[in-house]
Amino acid sequence: MGVILELHGITKRFPGVLANDHIDLDLREGEIHALLGENGAGKTTLMNILYGLYKPDEGEIRVNGNRVEIHSPRDAIACGIGMVHQHFMLVPVFTVVDNVMLGDEYVRGGGFLDRRKAANRILEISQQYNLQVDPFAYIKDLPVGLQQRVEIIKLLFREANILILDEPTAVLTPQEVDELFKIMKSLVASGKSIIFITHKLREVMEFSDRITVIRNGKVVGTTTPQEADQNKLAAMMVGRQIDLTIEKKPAAPQQVVLEVRNLKVLDARKLIAVNGVSFEVRAGEVLGIAGVQGNGQTELVRALTGMQHPIEGEIRILGKEMTHASPKEFFETGAAHIPEDRQKDGLVLTYPVKDNFILNTFYKPPFAQGIVLQQPQIIANAEELVEKFDIRTPSIFTTLSSLSGGNQQKVIVAREFSRPIKLLIAAQPTRGLDVGSIEYIHNRLIEKRDEGCAVLLVSTELDEILQLSDRIAVMYRGRIVATVNAAEVTKEQIGLYMAGLQPEMAKV
Amino acid sequence: MDDSKKRQEQNPKRLNVFLEEVRRSPLTVTFLAIFTGLFLGGIIAALTSEQMYAAFRVSLGEGIKVGAQAAWNTYRALFLGAFGDPAKISAAFATGDWLQINRALSPFFESLVQATPYIFAGLAVAFGFRVGLFNIGAEGQIFVGALAAVWAGVFIKGLPAIIHAPLAFLIGGLGGALWGFVPGWLKAKTGAHEVIITIMMNYIAFRLSEYLLTGYLRDPNKTTPISAPIETTAWIPRFFPDPNRFHLGFFIALGIAYLIYLLLFKTTWGFELRTVGANPSAAHYAGMNIVRSMVITMSLSGMLAGFAGANEVLGVNRNLGVAFSSGYGFDSIALALLGNSHPLGVVLAALLFGFLRNGAIQMQLTAGIPIDIISIIQAMILAFIAAPAIIRTLYRLKLPKEVEVAIRSEGESA
Repeated sequence: MGVILELHGITKRFPGVLANDHIDLDLREGEIHALLGENGAGKTTLMNILYGLYKPDEGEIRVNGNRVEIHSPRDAIACGIGMVHQHFMLVPVFTVVDNVMLGDEYVRGGGFLDRRKAANRILEISQQYNLQVDPFAYIKDLPVGLQQRVEIIKLLFREANILILDEPTAVLTPQEVDELFKIMKSLVASGKSIIFITHKLREVMEFSDRITVIRNGKVVGTTTPQEADQNKLAAMMVGRQIDLTIEKKPAAPQQVVLEVRNLKVLDARKLIAVNGVSFEVRAGEVLGIAGVQGNGQTELVRALTGMQHPIEGEIRILGKEMTHASPKEFFETGAAHIPEDRQKDGLVLTYPVKDNFILNTFYKPPFAQGIVLQQPQIIANAEELVEKFDIRTPSIFTTLSSLSGGNQQKVIVAREFSRPIKLLIAAQPTRGLDVGSIEYIHNRLIEKRDEGCAVLLVSTELDEILQLSDRIAVMYRGRIVATVNAAEVTKEQIGLYMAGLQPEMAKV
Repeated sequence: MDDSKKRQEQNPKRLNVFLEEVRRSPLTVTFLAIFTGLFLGGIIAALTSEQMYAAFRVSLGEGIKVGAQAAWNTYRALFLGAFGDPAKISAAFATGDWLQINRALSPFFESLVQATPYIFAGLAVAFGFRVGLFNIGAEGQIFVGALAAVWAGVFIKGLPAIIHAPLAFLIGGLGGALWGFVPGWLKAKTGAHEVIITIMMNYIAFRLSEYLLTGYLRDPNKTTPISAPIETTAWIPRFFPDPNRFHLGFFIALGIAYLIYLLLFKTTWGFELRTVGANPSAAHYAGMNIVRSMVITMSLSGMLAGFAGANEVLGVNRNLGVAFSSGYGFDSIALALLGNSHPLGVVLAALLFGFLRNGAIQMQLTAGIPIDIISIIQAMILAFIAAPAIIRTLYRLKLPKEVEVAIRSEGESA
């Protein structure tokens, strides 16, 4: 197997930070090479350099042994390099054919699009690599997994030999993930080479040929799944030993804290997103809501926390009717909310750390006397929380935007956990965080459960749901399709529920 | 020996740290923007001088000399107009004659008189900015404030000054508050954008004032559309005899600026309002009432602008004519920007604008230099404030730390 792509000493500086520090990487023909690293380690920066979106300050790129200069995505394509971004670059109201040939159109008769010819080419590619898709379907009607296929077809249409997949599994169901890996295998079997960016250890172990780990912009090492294990990779990523398993006692559920009956909620487009959901969460247990992103979880949480009112149904917290409560009333009952989009909803990025700690308690003593804010108490509170929750910040007066994602999330966790709470609603509490922060936040959630708090955990990370939950409810198209005991269920079963199937049916 | 050596080594380090801070500070950009605006204003003053072109025909050196002279004359006249003539002031103090001292100092005080409505109107716009609302309607609110104050000054009779003047001032504020409340309420109820509504409300205010001044409020003894003079009991007291118009309004403005500062930064109400401005989603999450905050803010903002109108009517003009058009309301948008929407910044920016405006009037009268040069300077200062990248490039400044980090994280997620 020859080396098809080499990166030598790639260095990229952003003002005040070294995003890539003399990175060396080589990609062999026909291999799946995983690029593993935490958020902010510099993976995406490196790939954007390779794809011509950034210009490296130092270093060289060689394709098939020849030095190349890549100044734009067009140059990258010309070198046979193609990229599937984490967020797809597709026009939803265009068909597959139109999207695939966008920017590289087949034309006939001096200006008319030759859709037939392009469609034939797409069908050829589909058959060769086992990428079935209807060329004349509209993108908006396709599930996410198929949209991703269209992205891959786009690259093959342009005859890319080196495919970069940036976090391709983040938006997929477990079954779709398996499909994707089959496709990846068939691609490398026919001589394509793949760089696969991820921070999920399991996928790396199962599906890659070689693994390069990046930390703080530097290559920590290159290894293979045979030589490494998950704990070793985690340690390479983080730079210290990490314990990925969570020690937890069996749950001791007590009285019902959160009770939801036949809840119906609309989404932003006024369509029904939550369609008659009922469940309850007891003190001292974690109920995990599993599901692929966009199956009503966001709207469910918004309704439970008072940020949006349901159109039907009933919500009770500690027996009190809270169906049409405001967020303020929600907090006042002794409930806490870790919002899904921390930067949009949970924090004021332009505020100093200390003010973010009082976002929902600023009007109450000791932070206020009458209408006057009490700075000494606010400062003392901030210092205590920074210490107790190990938040890495230069000072409590630092604006929140300069903290890392993990520390921003810790600010929210510290704020919500510092009150005496009886109910915790945590939506995607570890999304996009590094392994160290995930470990920390998981342990805190379990600690709250053991203190007798009722915890509702909403997450699209199946591993997280399985690790933390005592019971699991699976949401699919706005409904809860199954509620199971976490101890009695396998990952595969949950995966089938998430895809809208019943495990019994699937067996047939 | 050792100690002093160490100290010597430390000092340059400290100096470097200090310079580094200065290069990152947003204040530096503001000051350099003002400086650059004034500098370019000087060049434009030279370019508009016909003598300079004549002198260039003689020789290059002569041309530059005359051009520099023209710029110097402009700024000298501006300075004398804004602050008074130091020579005259010291001569007046030497005579000890109170009347002469008053005359000599009056340009300085007149600048403060000009700055006063700027403070009120600038606070109005800045307060809105802090809550994420663009109150473009300060001009209209000033008009309505002036109308309400003049009504209270003319038609309420028989009250002692201690009650009448504050009452008329307050009624002026309430007039402005009404004009701010309407767009705030419409935004909260219907989602109508406050920029559009406040602009439209301006036109309504202008036409309303013309209508009232040609009818209900018109002085029957005059042929021109002008209101009757307000009762002397409604006057905001002046400190000095004519022609010095310096009045208590200036100190009221400073006091209100301080109150706004306290409200915004020291109280729970201010915390809520600022949070709504900084991140409405987070404010909603935290249980804050966004609709209420918007309505309150637009009303208060309108009230502050209304005070500007009342201040002009009760303290300076003492009646209201159709020619009352001030332009304060529009300038104040720029001024709030210059003052970084902070009450202290607004006061400083208002003083700058007051001195420039008054200086310019005097400059035109005494040196014959067109007043428009000041508009150009103001426009350039604001352009530089709005496009700080120009100033940073010109003076090799660094970005503030937070901005740097924000750019970095954008880069990461791109």
